[in-house]
Amino acid sequence: MTESQTQTLLRQFETLLLIRACEEQLVELNRQGAPDTCSSIGQEACAVGVIDALEARDRILTNHRSAAHLIARGAEPERIFAEVLGRIDGYCGGRSGTLHIAARELGIVLTSTIVGGELSLAPGVALAQKMGHGDPGAITAVFFGDGAACEGIFHEALNLAALWQLPLLFVCENNQWQAYVHRLETMADAAITAWAEGHGIATQSVDGNDIEAVHSAAKSAVAAIRADGRPQFLELRTYRLRGHSGQDDQAYVNADELRYWRSRDPLLLLRQRLSEAGGLDAHTFAALQHDAHTRIEQAVAFAQASPWPDAASLTEQVYA
Amino acid sequence: MTRMTTEQALTQALHEEMRRDERVLLMGEGAATKRPALAREFGPARVRNTPLAEAIIAGTAVGAAASGLRPVIDLLFAPCLTYAMDALVNSAGKLRYLSGGLCEFPLVTLAMTGSGWCVGGQHNHNLEAMFVHAPGLHVLMPSTAADSKGLLKAAIRDENPVLFFIDLGLLHQEGEVSDDPGDIVPIGKAAVPRHGRDVTLVSYAKTVPVCLQAAAELEQRGVSAEVIDLRSLKPLDTTCVLDSIARTGRLIIVHEASGLCGIAAELAALAVTRAFDALRAPVVRVTGPDAPAASSWALEQAAVPQAQQVVDAVLGLGLTGGHGGAAGEPAWRARA
Ligand SMILES: Cc1ncc(C[n+]2csc(CCOP(=O)(O)OP(=O)(O)O)c2C)c(N)n1
Ligand SMILES: [Mg+2]
Repeated sequence: MTESQTQTLLRQFETLLLIRACEEQLVELNRQGAPDTCSSIGQEACAVGVIDALEARDRILTNHRSAAHLIARGAEPERIFAEVLGRIDGYCGGRSGTLHIAARELGIVLTSTIVGGELSLAPGVALAQKMGHGDPGAITAVFFGDGAACEGIFHEALNLAALWQLPLLFVCENNQWQAYVHRLETMADAAITAWAEGHGIATQSVDGNDIEAVHSAAKSAVAAIRADGRPQFLELRTYRLRGHSGQDDQAYVNADELRYWRSRDPLLLLRQRLSEAGGLDAHTFAALQHDAHTRIEQAVAFAQASPWPDAASLTEQVYA
Repeated sequence: MTRMTTEQALTQALHEEMRRDERVLLMGEGAATKRPALAREFGPARVRNTPLAEAIIAGTAVGAAASGLRPVIDLLFAPCLTYAMDALVNSAGKLRYLSGGLCEFPLVTLAMTGSGWCVGGQHNHNLEAMFVHAPGLHVLMPSTAADSKGLLKAAIRDENPVLFFIDLGLLHQEGEVSDDPGDIVPIGKAAVPRHGRDVTLVSYAKTVPVCLQAAAELEQRGVSAEVIDLRSLKPLDTTCVLDSIARTGRLIIVHEASGLCGIAAELAALAVTRAFDALRAPVVRVTGPDAPAASSWALEQAAVPQAQQVVDAVLGLGLTGGHGGAAGEPAWRARA
């Protein structure tokens, strides 16, 4: 590993730690009575690997499981926590709460918690780019789950993007679960990429817990889109290490499967990789982890001190 | 009678009806995972986890209903219904009529909605009036555990497509529920949980307890309020509402859904067209705003009618108590 590769991985590792600390804190706040959140614990490498392959000019759409995407894109944890707690300093002034956080200043332009909503909107965002609204050469990336691939709108979006040659990167975080249903109860094992290929879209399927694999697949997909303007499809095979949301006890999850994927925790894998390359000793690891937790503690304090929205603003912003 | 939550009452209704009629099946995202006892008793053919695909879940239910099955589908949250709208509105609601009465669609669609969980407008949208507006559908939205069980059983036995809305805010509230599998609550019959002389408060779902609380406060002030729980939004129990207006002369309608073109507007029209002579004051609506539900607790709660608002609305009619007559100059008359 070259020195610059090590530095890149180390920076990515810091982001993974920050996301993990954020998600764990959100679970803890929910245990204490704050709203439910859908945590991306176990899927952090997908967010960081892909978003690191994008540029500031690119646009992103996401869904209900968005904290990792937001932080990977540089969102301030302060404003994420404020949003989840429904306070005015949140990215959406508390109106969104955890489920629909958009941060347009970061290029995270639309977030839908209606499963498949993000897929329905992404072709339009890419169409606007293609028609000159946006920075030249910019592309759109849409994050969605394996469950969203079951909605009819998935096929409608893929067909249109292929037909109209839209600069759109489809990123399916296949975390094996669709709320309380295992995906193998809803689709054939290799269905997702086969469906994408059926629409004539170039596809890669990689280990979503291996950040290097994700990053390199994303880089090549992004380069291809910028070169020929056609959509690309990434399936990231990963695992939702926690329940669907909040305090879900995962009683319905197969224990062996969970154990297997815990042993493949993306943070664990990257830490091992960095240690082997001599880029991360125990002391540095402890320091990084401490930094992440401190940052999150500050964010929570900020959010808890942030005011509630004024009830008089209830009907503002409904219409233009 | 057994004490149980609304959620338990709904599951019990499913158990009893699936035992009674082997044509009944349950489908939905996680339907089997969330109701494991049902899945154990009736097996994977009758309790099905589906792909996450509301349009085809509903479409399949409509096709199956026309072909001898009696599906119950759980579409989780009311906003997800928009994906299923085509099958429910265009097919289930219209094809009986458009085929000249050749087919029936005995199916029930379950969906949760309402404030209390800070989930925001894409999970919380009281859109029941949209379905009332669509011909051919029945629409139910109970407020108690007992009615939830009795009405779900009636819905499963109904020959019409039924939209069954479950108020998220009431899901874990307990009540006494009948143990008799033969007991049902008839569709189209309102309940009158409190009788009164001076004013009629009509509501459904979570604002029924709000009205009951308001009525208790009004009693302290010498105003006697009658509370009607519609339970069924279509068909609507117009007889019950009109009888009450004939006695009280005053109508206030309360619901969490937006007021625009809603149930309250329909009841106001009913009052002025069918009970104009009985009215002694303008009809008043206390409803949610024309805005999506915000997630923030502060805004979410600000959108829900509160008991104090209902009390104020009643007092605004000039009621000061005791005799059912207006004493002094009513606020609405001063404004007019
Ligand atoms: C149309 C619609 N149906 C159902 C839901 C409830 N719901 C929220 S997330 C979810 C599971 C989504 O699974 P997947 O797309 O794989 O994403 P993941 O949660 O695994 O990230 C469900 C069923 C919803 N929000 N929208
Ligand atoms: Mg999933």
